[in-house]
Amino acid sequence: MLLVENIILAINSLLSNKMRALLTMLGIIIGIGAVIAIITVGDSLTLSVSENMQSMGANDVYVMINPKKAEDEESKVIEGASYGTFDTISNVTENDYITEEMIKELCDQFSNDIYAVNLQYSIGNGQAEKSNNISNLNIYGVSAGYFITNKIDLLGGHMFSEEEFNSGKNVALVSDKLVNKLFEGDIKKAIGSEIPVSANGQLGNFTIVGVYEYQQNYMMGMTMGSGDDVTSNMYIPLKASNTFKHGDINFEYIQIITKVGVDSDKLVTKVKNFFEPYYKTNRNFEISAFTMGSMVSMMTDMLSTITLAISIVAGIALVVGGIGVMNIMLVSVTERTREIGTRKALGAKNSSIRTQFIVEAMIICLIGGAIGVALGIGGGILASNLLGYPAKPSISGIIISLLFSMTIGVFFGYYPANKAAKMNPIDALRYE
Amino acid sequence: MDSIIKLTNIVKKFYIGEPNELEILHGISLEVKEGEFVSIVGPSGSGKSTLMNMIGALDRPTSGDYILDGIDVGRADDTELSKIRNQKIGFVFQTYNLIPKTNAIKNIELPMLYAGMERSKRIARAKELLELVEMGDRAKHLPEELSGGQKQRVAIARAMANDPAIILADEPTGALDSKTGRLVMDLFHKLNKEQKKTIVLITHSNELAAETDRIISIKDGLIINEEKGGK
Repeated sequence: MLLVENIILAINSLLSNKMRALLTMLGIIIGIGAVIAIITVGDSLTLSVSENMQSMGANDVYVMINPKKAEDEESKVIEGASYGTFDTISNVTENDYITEEMIKELCDQFSNDIYAVNLQYSIGNGQAEKSNNISNLNIYGVSAGYFITNKIDLLGGHMFSEEEFNSGKNVALVSDKLVNKLFEGDIKKAIGSEIPVSANGQLGNFTIVGVYEYQQNYMMGMTMGSGDDVTSNMYIPLKASNTFKHGDINFEYIQIITKVGVDSDKLVTKVKNFFEPYYKTNRNFEISAFTMGSMVSMMTDMLSTITLAISIVAGIALVVGGIGVMNIMLVSVTERTREIGTRKALGAKNSSIRTQFIVEAMIICLIGGAIGVALGIGGGILASNLLGYPAKPSISGIIISLLFSMTIGVFFGYYPANKAAKMNPIDALRYE
Repeated sequence: MDSIIKLTNIVKKFYIGEPNELEILHGISLEVKEGEFVSIVGPSGSGKSTLMNMIGALDRPTSGDYILDGIDVGRADDTELSKIRNQKIGFVFQTYNLIPKTNAIKNIELPMLYAGMERSKRIARAKELLELVEMGDRAKHLPEELSGGQKQRVAIARAMANDPAIILADEPTGALDSKTGRLVMDLFHKLNKEQKKTIVLITHSNELAAETDRIISIKDGLIINEEKGGK
């Protein structure tokens, strides 16, 4: 008997009992829907994590100082936990930081590998004042490398020139918010103007050389202040930092931007070796260096494992749905005993009867699976939009789910179908 | 004329080897010639139904030979029996046994479908058969929408689908009133005369049996009488 005929037969049989068919499908719908939704959310999470991290520079080498692992680390952790204290980076002393000299030395030594170094020296909160208007600022002393990894859009003026970086002149890049507050939004007027800036109890006059567009930090999900009152960043050349902070400029953390084609994993080793002599005698701190690439693969691995684990749990719903299908197929076979007898009298082979019922179970599961996929994609997109990540339903996930639901149909449909196929035609014909 | 059905010493036992072993047919020998219209009569419990199952290749005899149109039915396996039922036998049941929720033409197509006939041929043949049983205008009707007599006519058309060697009718008028029963019997006579179909009618009505060429009476699993009918 032709497969097409069996499919038509199965669909007719389902249509003649719509409510029952729908209830039977429900288990499959929920199972497949849950699996697809979870895979979709999981995929979009993985994607957004890796995209985020890539944009942060997957090939960059991050160097930071880390507390040395003490020999009795375990007891220390317990102690820390019980007293609720964190005795990590807060105890950093002047001698522990990465110094400008070290960085200069590093750049000289690996000039073939290093394109630039992103240095960010946080000076702290400050205020700029002009004719009784005040704009709140976070002030950062930055190196030329900073703007390679942190993109800003200039609305007017220019970036710091090499001369400005090197001389340590009091020049600044400010946000359009500050311009709105202090210069009534007139960027042209702002550029070249000198504004008094106070921070750390020190006062300095800075000439605005450029205005960048303020970007709300969506990643953090919150904003400081509203409208033009937000606290925005003011960037000054690293060398100009001593206006507010005297003494050496030191860093807990630097980011090395590699030249194109440089194996950043190899550079990690070189950097570690470079810093080793400096920190050999340091009792509390050591240098750690890593790339974002390794972090990305670690994170995505973790996310896929979690996705898989939850999918398996959701898959249990599928098995329950499959049992529901089997139950209904058994009822259907019993109900249609006379029909089966008649078909056999008309010359249906056992295999034809078996195929008929297996196809029916498969169609139930396939339609249920298709509805489940649709709901799963919908749910997945909805959930991932609520989470704030773009959803991308996985095609392979959909195909696998549909194949899996068909397999469930065959698996759970086989027993009832075989029962029907093996019926004695005489008994089946006489069945009341 | 050749024998289309040849039963030789058919014995049928149930529950073989068990304490309640039961012998229903005690050795029946019977021949039906091609184009003959025979009736098998007998009271309930006489073994009539068991004999019908034998002739209809729904069951195999415990011992004895059954040759149907040159095929040894007694030694056929399940798949071969299916094929014999499909190609050689057209069943007509007392309760019509049309497939529910399946329209008249689809019901008639069914034996051809199992025979693997292609769609266009199936439909053409089914239409032809519907005309033969004067049901041409009811092709798309579901069994639920047909009267008893109409259902039985569709069932007869279905029995004719693969041009079988014999039509095996088990109390075909049993569920019908005498008027519609008459129409169904007329249809059998027509098929017998015009199509030269061999028909085996199983009934408990002596009146209907009397219309056939030959009346075979069975009782307690044995043929007790054979007489010529043909009123």
